[in-house]
Amino acid sequence: MTDLHLWIAILALAGVTVLTRGVFLLPRREPRLPGWLASGLRHAPLAALMAVVVPEVLRGSAGAAVASGWHDPRWLAVAVSVAWFWWRRGVTGPVVVGTATLLLLRGLGMAG
Amino acid sequence: MALFGTRSLRSLFTHPGFAEGVRAIAGPALGTVALGLVTGVAMARSGLPMGAVLAMSLLVFASASQLACLPMILAGAPLWVIVLTALMLNVRFVVFSAHWRRYFGLLPRPQRLGLAYLAGDPVYVRFMQRYPRRAPDQLAYFLGLALFNWAAWQVASLAGIFLADAIPPDWDLRFIGVLALLGLAMPMIADRPSWLVAAVAGAIGWMGQGWPFGLQVIAAIAAAMAAGHWAERRRPRIATP
Repeated sequence: MTDLHLWIAILALAGVTVLTRGVFLLPRREPRLPGWLASGLRHAPLAALMAVVVPEVLRGSAGAAVASGWHDPRWLAVAVSVAWFWWRRGVTGPVVVGTATLLLLRGLGMAG
Repeated sequence: MALFGTRSLRSLFTHPGFAEGVRAIAGPALGTVALGLVTGVAMARSGLPMGAVLAMSLLVFASASQLACLPMILAGAPLWVIVLTALMLNVRFVVFSAHWRRYFGLLPRPQRLGLAYLAGDPVYVRFMQRYPRRAPDQLAYFLGLALFNWAAWQVASLAGIFLADAIPPDWDLRFIGVLALLGLAMPMIADRPSWLVAAVAGAIGWMGQGWPFGLQVIAAIAAAMAAGHWAERRRPRIATP
């Protein structure tokens, strides 16, 4: 790939970022949406998150726990994160304790 | 500068909503940092010229596009294949942008697009949790979320690029990204329709694991939105306009 191609590709990828994130913000007038789409939009954030999180957690942590035992670092990080949410609620707490658990156990050399 | 209607930029930064936004994104930004590091390391090890590596990290601002398209660029894939792949990986943002229109439709077009550029996944999720409806203080909160998240991404990408060899592979940075998404998702599962949405989206995400371009995420969003719509029509909530 020549330099020119490389730079065109980079600019094109940046264009894709702006266009996909802003496509409905481009037209001057507000576009009309079908009813189910308009009323379903408030579920879109949760749906997008679950579609990514569930396979990662089941394959990457529950699967690993079955294969290598309950002390798998990913599995424990997820368990600690969920338990913390149950206890204290919030967004920051579960992420921080889950990440700390993962890094600590990896640092202690627990394979997974 | 009246960049945002009647409000000056400075009055937005000093608005209490801005600090509230920064606090709200601080936890999920751990995931942004982890993904930024992963992406930065991959970019640095690609062997592309440093100028291109920096431009891609600073401009593209999307880990999925960068990680998936990097090998294609290195292999000399045709431009349209690269762009099509990036488009498919970003289709979920098209749905999000329909949602943003309700909040920022009244701003001038360049500002609308600028805000959209900054609106990655954690920004979208946190904003919609805080503002289920349009409200006067939404813009300061948005900028707090979006600028902190953007800065976290840029600092982490640069750190990944320049410290690529010093970062131990067993830190498992990618899974920290998953923990951040999990943390964002848990508080949203609050009532019966949202349990249904979560179950449908999770099931389709699981079944579609082998699908190309992350198409299972699009299918999951569409099916879960339809399911949520159905659940709410069966059990109408109290007067939601």
